[in-house]
Amino acid sequence: MSQGRYEMVVGLEVHVQLKTRTKAFCGCSTDFGAPPNVNTCPVCLALPGALPVLNEHAVELAVRAALGLGCRIDPISVFARKNYFYPDLPKGYQISQFDQPLAVGGSVVIGQSDKGTDLRVGITRLHMEEDAGKSIHDRYPGETAIDLNRAGVPLIEIVSEPDIRTSADAGSYLRTLKQILQYLDVSDVSMEEGSLRVDANISVRPPGQTKLGTKTEVKNMNSFSAVEKALEAEYARQCGLLDSGGRVEQQTLLWDGAKETIRPSRTKEGSHDYRYFPEPDLRPLMLDSKWVDKARKDLPELPAARKARLATEYGLPPVEVEQLTADPALAEYFEEVARAAGDGKAAYNWVMGEVQATLRSSGEKIGLFRVRPADLAQLITLVRDGTISHTAGKRVFTQMVETGKPAAQIAADEGLVQVGDESAIATWVDEVLNEHPDEAARYLAGEKKLQGVLVGFVMKKSKGRADPKRVNQLLSSRGG
Amino acid sequence: MAVTRDDVLHIAELARLGIDPARADELTKELSAILSHMEVLSHVDTTAVSTTAGVGAGGTPLRPDIGVPGVSSAARASIAPVMRDGFFIVPRLATHEDSGESTA
Amino acid sequence: MSVENYTHLGAAQIASSVRAGDASPADMVRASFNRATEIGAGHDELNIFLHSDEKGSVEEAEQMQTRIRGASDIGVLAGVPVAIKDNIASLGLPTTCGSKILKGYVSPFESTAVARLRANGALVVAKTNMDEFAMGSSTENSAFGPTRNPLDVRCVPGGSSGGSAAAVAAGITPIALGSETGGSVRQPAAFCGVVGVKPTYGRVSRYGLVAFASSLDQIGVLGRTVDDAALGLESIAGFDKMDSTSSDADVPIYRLAALGKPAPEARNPDTEAIRIGRSPVPLPPPPGPSTLEGVVIGKPKEYFPDSLDPEIARLCERAFDRFRSMGATVRDVSLPRSPLAIPVYYILAPAEASSNLARFDGVRYGLRVDPGKGLKAMYEATRSEGFGPEVTRRILLGTYVLSAGYYDAYYKKAQAVRTLIADDFRAVFTSGVHAIFTPTTPTTAFPIGAISDPYEMYLNDIFTVTANLAGVPAISVPIGRVRRLPVGGQIITAHFDEYEMFRVAYALEAGLGAEAHQ
Repeated sequence: MSQGRYEMVVGLEVHVQLKTRTKAFCGCSTDFGAPPNVNTCPVCLALPGALPVLNEHAVELAVRAALGLGCRIDPISVFARKNYFYPDLPKGYQISQFDQPLAVGGSVVIGQSDKGTDLRVGITRLHMEEDAGKSIHDRYPGETAIDLNRAGVPLIEIVSEPDIRTSADAGSYLRTLKQILQYLDVSDVSMEEGSLRVDANISVRPPGQTKLGTKTEVKNMNSFSAVEKALEAEYARQCGLLDSGGRVEQQTLLWDGAKETIRPSRTKEGSHDYRYFPEPDLRPLMLDSKWVDKARKDLPELPAARKARLATEYGLPPVEVEQLTADPALAEYFEEVARAAGDGKAAYNWVMGEVQATLRSSGEKIGLFRVRPADLAQLITLVRDGTISHTAGKRVFTQMVETGKPAAQIAADEGLVQVGDESAIATWVDEVLNEHPDEAARYLAGEKKLQGVLVGFVMKKSKGRADPKRVNQLLSSRGG
Repeated sequence: MAVTRDDVLHIAELARLGIDPARADELTKELSAILSHMEVLSHVDTTAVSTTAGVGAGGTPLRPDIGVPGVSSAARASIAPVMRDGFFIVPRLATHEDSGESTA
Repeated sequence: MSVENYTHLGAAQIASSVRAGDASPADMVRASFNRATEIGAGHDELNIFLHSDEKGSVEEAEQMQTRIRGASDIGVLAGVPVAIKDNIASLGLPTTCGSKILKGYVSPFESTAVARLRANGALVVAKTNMDEFAMGSSTENSAFGPTRNPLDVRCVPGGSSGGSAAAVAAGITPIALGSETGGSVRQPAAFCGVVGVKPTYGRVSRYGLVAFASSLDQIGVLGRTVDDAALGLESIAGFDKMDSTSSDADVPIYRLAALGKPAPEARNPDTEAIRIGRSPVPLPPPPGPSTLEGVVIGKPKEYFPDSLDPEIARLCERAFDRFRSMGATVRDVSLPRSPLAIPVYYILAPAEASSNLARFDGVRYGLRVDPGKGLKAMYEATRSEGFGPEVTRRILLGTYVLSAGYYDAYYKKAQAVRTLIADDFRAVFTSGVHAIFTPTTPTTAFPIGAISDPYEMYLNDIFTVTANLAGVPAISVPIGRVRRLPVGGQIITAHFDEYEMFRVAYALEAGLGAEAHQ
């Protein structure tokens, strides 16, 4: 394999839409899915005479993201204009940051090396910018339709160091980054909705060579797995070029997700001369060090810290911790249940079992789930106390989802409170043996494996109220 | 630095200004003449000048993240050269085939 | 009050009489339009107005009359007709920047400056002609034909705010808004024999001013007298949350500068009446030997070169004599980097303009020319049809100096030298000098068509452009005439010291008296 003779070198540029109510430089809504151009004003339509004013919350979120990724915040950062013509870029320039970005020098741990050390991907810089609008090329023949609802929505661009060596590591980096941003609650980080976009810079070089090869830029990937596939494809192409004595040319390539191939973009190289210069309509962004320190102190717990804590506090194995921490809202739900119920293992079982199954079928988000953690904790306590059986517990849960009533009330109303009373259970056992003379006879004759079937009949008759332990004991004593 | 005709054609392309080829020669001369007056700046010692941007103290003011009404659809339609179904309509980029490719 | 002497009334007089019920706003608006007709403000004559709507303006004035009867407070500019440069967005009338690319464009929002004028009771009568996108010094670059100087119709009125200066000079309005990037208010004020003020950068909101070079642009006021300019500026100055570069510094009562007292002394609540316009307008006290006592006026040698027209130099010396006779000290000073200002300006301003004018692309508003050959052809056809030769030249120049490989040599270098130019002013003002006095322009108004070389035209800004680069306030006041054409003198003060600037300007105006127009 010729490919093994080259090392893949990848750096990723990730654009993330910040979770603000209004745009970066005007008061228009950032709502996704409004009718075309409804969320526009003089500023984001670039009407003559309109001027930008920076959204405070966008700054807060960008700073939070930068701190969460371990970046150093520059007390003075400068907005710049990136000039190019495109019909969905109303001003003819994008307000971005160029030589004085908001933050530099962070890193993300994406796993462990074979030697057990952290595998780290460096963050070169994180800067703020505004999004462009949408150009729709397939709606009208020969024409392009422009929707500027997205124009001016605040973004951060996170540029990684060229530290990534495999497509799998690229995937890990993206998944880790996405999780951190979710925990920081700065973005919806959804590639489908376009709130997270990835461009890749890739080059190859013989192992041991320190000088970087000529890189290409790959765009248009719409999922993390597409990023991995596109990197593999481009790696193979570059290796092939070098093997056949050719040279890699600096260019922009597009990933075709349907055909799973890459092809050159039609943009002419050299036609990009963005003529960056400081944005004169905004003064430099100045951040007070005390304010930044407070933002750092107020950072939420990040995934790595939470995983470590869940493992020790609740004694959960790594696999279960990974499942629970995949989504910060899920982890928070779990913790509230576990604390209230005083039982991490049971909380894990219920949350990853019944709760997740219900959410999967309804499509609801856990943050809006009707059964609140305290309610679920009550249910767990009822089962643990033996007030209701585990089977009844599942029925109670279903009712809780349907009615929103507390577990104890449902258990009482439905007559599911477990009956430990010897005589009541004895009556049900007698009735079952009478109603099923054949099974009864065989059981009493020593066919022990029928005990489970008979217990099931008793549980059914008691509508789940009978304590299965007592039923078993009673049957065993009858069976002698 | 004298401006060449190619420079003029290149920057005209960047600025999306359709330049009549006949006018390009004149503009080359005009721009060269204007820029020759700028040469004086290259002799000024600016090594001690700090690069802090912006006149006056204080950072850029920040706006609360609160919505304000925008431009009405009637107003948009009244100023737009071509509008359809709420979209601004422009001729298709001559080289454009992919619907996915947007901007940088 | 009679409107027969309308062309001689100051804004404060008009407002007082309207507030007192002696005249109606509609009378004033009619007088303004009558004067416009009489002098020939229309397209085929002086070509001062680009857009006006007499009927609409009169109706607006009549509505104001109803409010006056209802005794509601209508502000310090009650019933004062004003003209607005066509690059300042206003509701009701088009905002075309003197360009074909915006022909017929009516802004759906209003500039802060115009909104504040209206809130103070002013009535907009017209949008005035200008060099296209404010790029020019003669108003010859308007897509809608040149404006003629009302004092000599063979001559230009200066520019780029030539229409606004001409409207004031012709007696159509006592106040007009203009805009400056390199001298576009002061230079036409000088050419037309009126007062023109450019405040400190950030003093007036730029929201709604169509950008030419954002780091230099500032709305200014043209007035018949210093008092008109002070009243006009006071009405529009102050912080605006819509403009990130506007300043929240306190706005003093500029008109109190007429009393000839230093700023702190003038802060007297008794004089608040002048500001709110309820009392009769006080005439500035006749200038005396103590009017400018303790004031140091700087005379920068770089602005009085040997090559300066001796007649202009003579009028400046007369002004210096007046300053001395009012108790001021005149001191020789130096602004050594000022000679670099034109090269710096003609790098920075076109650079910013090339970016600011990218939005005129035929997509969302304005002209579209579509040859049917795709998007790029539409852009190029629209912009080459829509922009005139000077705008095209400056966009190309600006694109060039920002493009890869040239940024450091031009843009970055020019920014650094700009800082040095500002440092020169700072040094003079921290050395005990209160105000700097210079000629506003190196020449008087020149004949239409006389200057065809672009760089020669740029040199018109040679004395004004430094104040824009440094961001300091400056005002041009008439100081006499040469060969029957007006000459302006310029007073420059430190950042946000408009008060001191007006104090010296009021004194000079009073000290010269009728000589200012002789």
